[in-house]
Amino acid sequence: MTTLTPVLTRNWDQPDSFTLRGYGDYAAARKALGMDPDAVIQAVKDSGLRGRGGAGFPTGLKWGFIPQNDGKPHYLVVNADESEPGTCKDIPLMMANPHALVEGIVITSYAIRAAHAFIYVRGEVLHVVRRLRAAVREAYDAGLLGTDVLGSGFDLELTVHTGAGAYICGEETALLDSLEGYRGQPRLKPPFPAVAGLYACPTVINNVESVASVPSIVANGPSWFSSMGTEKSKGFGIFSLSGHVTRPGQFEAPLGITLRELLDMAGGVRAGHRLKFWTPGGSSTPIFTEEHLDVPLDFESVGAKGSLLGTRALQIFDETTCVVRSVLRWTEFYAHESCGKCTPCREGTYWLKHVLKRLEKGEGTEEDLTTITDIADNIVGRAFCALGDGAAAPIHSSIKHFRDEYLKHFEVGGCPFDRAASTVWENA
Amino acid sequence: MSRGFSPETRERLERDAKEIIGRYPKPRSALLPLLHLVQAEEGYVSDRGEEFCAEMLGLTKAEVVGVSTFYTMYKRKPVGEYHVGVCINTLCAVMGGDQIWDELSEHAGVGHDESTPDGKVSLERIECNAACDFAPVMMVNWEFFDNQNPASAKQLVDDLRAGKQVTPTRGPKRLCTFKEASRVLAGFPDDLAGDGPAAGAPSLEGLRIAKENGWTAPAKEDSE
Repeated sequence: MTTLTPVLTRNWDQPDSFTLRGYGDYAAARKALGMDPDAVIQAVKDSGLRGRGGAGFPTGLKWGFIPQNDGKPHYLVVNADESEPGTCKDIPLMMANPHALVEGIVITSYAIRAAHAFIYVRGEVLHVVRRLRAAVREAYDAGLLGTDVLGSGFDLELTVHTGAGAYICGEETALLDSLEGYRGQPRLKPPFPAVAGLYACPTVINNVESVASVPSIVANGPSWFSSMGTEKSKGFGIFSLSGHVTRPGQFEAPLGITLRELLDMAGGVRAGHRLKFWTPGGSSTPIFTEEHLDVPLDFESVGAKGSLLGTRALQIFDETTCVVRSVLRWTEFYAHESCGKCTPCREGTYWLKHVLKRLEKGEGTEEDLTTITDIADNIVGRAFCALGDGAAAPIHSSIKHFRDEYLKHFEVGGCPFDRAASTVWENA
Repeated sequence: MSRGFSPETRERLERDAKEIIGRYPKPRSALLPLLHLVQAEEGYVSDRGEEFCAEMLGLTKAEVVGVSTFYTMYKRKPVGEYHVGVCINTLCAVMGGDQIWDELSEHAGVGHDESTPDGKVSLERIECNAACDFAPVMMVNWEFFDNQNPASAKQLVDDLRAGKQVTPTRGPKRLCTFKEASRVLAGFPDDLAGDGPAAGAPSLEGLRIAKENGWTAPAKEDSE
């Protein structure tokens, strides 16, 4: 049995966990500043840490792509725009433990030789913005940021930057455009941000949880980190259980834990109901069903079963939930959030939304399923960024697993489900 | 409508704007916070607010409008003193967000992006706000109101309209106004960071179970 491994969540139950006093003395940063920056990069490479924002790219390798002695400023940009439906780990992390992130920023910036770092946090989380700014101010006051950090000769400015409500800004190049003061629209890659990122300078963009994991790796050693997890998916991660679960919440565990194990800890699917479908890593990851309960939640195993580990956002839906309604709602989200740059995504999500609305009302035909499959096929791989691919994931996977449920809607001329039965208060 | 801000307001805004611009290596990066700043002044992003941003950054007004209209949080018309969001993304909707929205909208007599006649409350159908383990979720001026139901939602809006104090689930004791919230987003702290809990109960669920069972991460490497 896999057991939980609280590292980032370890102090969250302390009332002052978000203050410097409650957090600690930045021992990992002190240690890192005494190391060669390349040795810090090597330690993170050796740990096997892979990006916790969804894509799973090896973090140390990304840092290693930054050209050195190129005479240009380097930047670290933390992606704190957490907006993927179902994903809810970085927001509580920054609310309860912002100093883990700030300490990670000090270490990461030192490693990649950046003198200015940014936290791009979504604007719709006011109290998290307050906690971040307070933590940054405390760190400046304690000499952990600013000129000559801890007497090491290393200078670092850290700016907290609030977004303004655009899912697309979680895409790293759209985030850069937004941070430069433009509409958040993705850039063509290459050039990759490591070569031409913020202000066309070498830039590392890392997810909050990735950066916040760095102090523990520096403090405890790369092999400590890699002793957790699986062969190719090392370490721990925060798993977020939501939906029709007895006790939803955040569970920090080694990668490779299964949904069955997590559900056992969370008291199972809510009383009197059974699992119908779930997302392994947010709405952009193809849905799974009961048959996937024992799939190890690591990058490789989830991928081998046709989905993506994503952000470990496990949204659980029981048998009262209509798949068509769920997919329609996600599709409305993608249509709303499509930035409009690429025609297949902009137009495709629009038409998907309209056909799905017709299907949900029971006014569709079997031909509509072919139509939405075609539209989704024409988005995948034909847009600049992954938002388009994400929009297609619920369409393809829901038709694969629940084709009959789509058909049922126009057989009975409407939705066969009782919405009230899915609500939290139905059992109350 | 008069053009431009009064000289006093303008002077104050310029001082704030210069402070914001100074935080960035390149001035244009300050555009999003500047839009939050002018929204803090007027409760929405007005024509003159956009003109002010353009002047501060040496941009055309069209360049500023191109940006301000892209982002959902910038409002084209005044919102209520308390801007109330109901999450209607899939998970919250299924868990009851749809019913909350329907009942609340009928109760308040306003729809999406509309305000009550007293200007106290406006409603918005919002997308996922990263609190799915607290579903169904509502936000007021971007503070968390977790685990809502139709009755609690209606009570919340009634209290806001009656001027009663309401407290976010995970936030400061006193709920600030939309303008005050916008000023925090622009980068001017209100010293309320210490208020409220470090974490809500679901955030602590895994930690609680780990402690109960004596589960921890492995000890650090011997060599370290």
